[in-house]
Amino acid sequence: MDFTYTETQDMIRDTLSRFLADTYDFEARQKFIASDTGRDPGIWRALAQELGMLGAAFSEDQGGLGGGALENAIVMEELGQVLGIEPYLQTVVIGGGALKAVGGAQADALIPEIIAGNAIIAFAYAEPQGRYNLANLRTTAKRDGAGYVLNGHKGVVLAAPWATHLLVTARTGGGQSDRDGVSLFLIDAGLPGIVRRDYPTVDGNRASEIYFENVAIPADALLGGEGAGLPLIEQIVDAATIAVCAEATGVMQKLHQGTLEYTQQRKQFGVPIAKFQVLQHRMVDMFMEVEQARSMTIMGTLKLGLPASERMAAVSAAKAKVGRAANFVGQNAIQTHGGIGITQELAIGHYFKRATMIESQFGSVDHHMDRYEHIALAD
Amino acid sequence: MDMEFSAEDLAFQQEVRQFITENYPAYLRDKQDEGEEMSKEDFLAWHKILYKKGWIAPAWPVEYGGTGWTPTQRFIWSEETARADCVRLMPFGLAMVGPVIYTFGTPEQKARFLPRILSGEDWWCQGYSEPGSGSDLASLRTSAVPDGDDYIVNGQKTWTTLAQHADWGFFLVRTDKDAKQQEGISFLLIDMKSPGITVRPIITLGGEHEVNEVWLEDVRVPQSQRVYEENKGWTCAKFLLAHERTGIAGVAASKRAIEKVKDIARTELDGDKPLLANAFFKRKVAELEVDLAALEFTELRSLAGPNAGRGPGPESSLLKIKGSEIQQRLTELTLEAVGHYGAPYFRGFGEGDNQHPIGPDYAHRAAPTYFNMRKTTIYGGSNEIQRNIIAKMVLGL
Repeated sequence: MDFTYTETQDMIRDTLSRFLADTYDFEARQKFIASDTGRDPGIWRALAQELGMLGAAFSEDQGGLGGGALENAIVMEELGQVLGIEPYLQTVVIGGGALKAVGGAQADALIPEIIAGNAIIAFAYAEPQGRYNLANLRTTAKRDGAGYVLNGHKGVVLAAPWATHLLVTARTGGGQSDRDGVSLFLIDAGLPGIVRRDYPTVDGNRASEIYFENVAIPADALLGGEGAGLPLIEQIVDAATIAVCAEATGVMQKLHQGTLEYTQQRKQFGVPIAKFQVLQHRMVDMFMEVEQARSMTIMGTLKLGLPASERMAAVSAAKAKVGRAANFVGQNAIQTHGGIGITQELAIGHYFKRATMIESQFGSVDHHMDRYEHIALAD
Repeated sequence: MDMEFSAEDLAFQQEVRQFITENYPAYLRDKQDEGEEMSKEDFLAWHKILYKKGWIAPAWPVEYGGTGWTPTQRFIWSEETARADCVRLMPFGLAMVGPVIYTFGTPEQKARFLPRILSGEDWWCQGYSEPGSGSDLASLRTSAVPDGDDYIVNGQKTWTTLAQHADWGFFLVRTDKDAKQQEGISFLLIDMKSPGITVRPIITLGGEHEVNEVWLEDVRVPQSQRVYEENKGWTCAKFLLAHERTGIAGVAASKRAIEKVKDIARTELDGDKPLLANAFFKRKVAELEVDLAALEFTELRSLAGPNAGRGPGPESSLLKIKGSEIQQRLTELTLEAVGHYGAPYFRGFGEGDNQHPIGPDYAHRAAPTYFNMRKTTIYGGSNEIQRNIIAKMVLGL
């Protein structure tokens, strides 16, 4: 048992942290998200080509630095600290994670493109009726000659406006919520019949509603077995959930730190408001939530490789704790800032918005408590 | 970073399990399982078995009698002893005054006191709180006035846990009335059989005689029994409190307690289903498990992370706050689980009393334990004081 980082991991964190400090302050970030495309492609290119950061979680055989889930967590936490909108979660954690899990020709072809910064993958899994149930799918992929024809509507597909590829869950058989009959496809984002409606999200990201209208896809777009994709999808969503927890620790760290700084500057009744015990104790409660969220993120990260039921219980416990912490820390950061906290002027409100979206990303607290109970407290 | 147990760790785990199976007395396991009050002899029985094995003080440096175990091995040890319902070891010697003596004591003090702490020959108690000095501990007024080679000690201590059993006590006393509060305090080791000491019981809500008042009237204490410099006792006091706080996170014991609550909730019926199938009750259990996991991994990070070996710092306040809250929620859940049968007052088995007590065995001490455990957020520095410590020492406020 060991809870220390390796030298390489420390180096990854330091390198990324320095790069982001130079390129990604709050003003720069606000410029990126206000631009037409909602991002600066130069940042992604630099992350890939100057820093080698997009290869941190891939094996050396694949051209990476030999890391995995811990490296993903480090990158996500650093991105969380600067409210990064870079599609690392979608491209490396989710897309890369799926490719690493299935291997073979598809992985050999696309992983180098991910590492080089050329490929951006968006994950089209959520549907308007499905809530957090990954198997509840109306999107269908029907066999058609050598390939499939895809039809359906995917909601809030983050990073889709920038994507070169889409990772799509679809039903190849079974009823709407059956565990069997779910398949996973990795397709070119520019195929005919893919209709996108792009929009910004409340926390500064970009997303799309995607409509597949008789999209012809080749047979080799299928990742894993036909109709047997759900366990793989659950595995990559669990990895993504923990990555979001890691991002959340970065976001919460800044919310807490920003609140500490503000209360030491802001004076009322002739003293800095940090002198008031009621606020001190609230900031201590925030601190304890941040620390415990960090502990649970580490726990979840280390348990990603365990058998499915243990992994799921660990991930859900982590996400439930982190989701609750994100709301608690976010809400109290705003409350402690007072009126200025509810304006667009300070960074704090923007961290709050991201923290708020994290609570429901890949499942709310209630969803994950339900899933935890089903596994850990089964009758 | 990893959570794996190495082959050596797994072998160690086997060794520990086998040792406990072969050496832990069944009558103690039964008493512990039922949550019964333990006598002095009960506590010492297990203490002496561990002493004989050389496993009595895993946290101590090897030179003073520690085991030299890695953090992982210590983690395994606490897990296995909790799993087997082992009697807890009294912290006053092993976790409190022992570390103060080997850190701040003279060679003579180490030689005189440490071996008898390890062997269990001396039972220690803690003379910190006073009637007028609870959270504001540094305002304490018990005085020690030099007289030749001795001090003459006068004052009153309170909440002194199990002082009725104690051979020795470690006391905070005021040796300089004019200095700033924290700067006029000294740390004295006092023989509890000294003339002038009176111990009076305080009975707490569950009916237990666990704490006492200790009165000191012209008690003569050799100055050679002062640890560290005169008027520097606050340094020892703070060191000790940080050690105490880490211990009272109680993760392994709480994990065991959750299993017991679940067992009760599988037995108790709610309608035609077990209580554990009640969605509201089940959610409370699940929340507790999740919060306990968060506490456990926070503790593991401090034991086996980058700061391991640095000794407990102010972050131990976090462990104290969350650990004590969880302990209380556990007793609250147990009381809730036993329903009506939380009410009957169980006075223990009378002489020649063959009647089975009212209600299921697991219900007898549910309410007294719930009442008793309200202490956890008050003792060792109340949870509000712990927040003050974090605010000052960690957040820099």
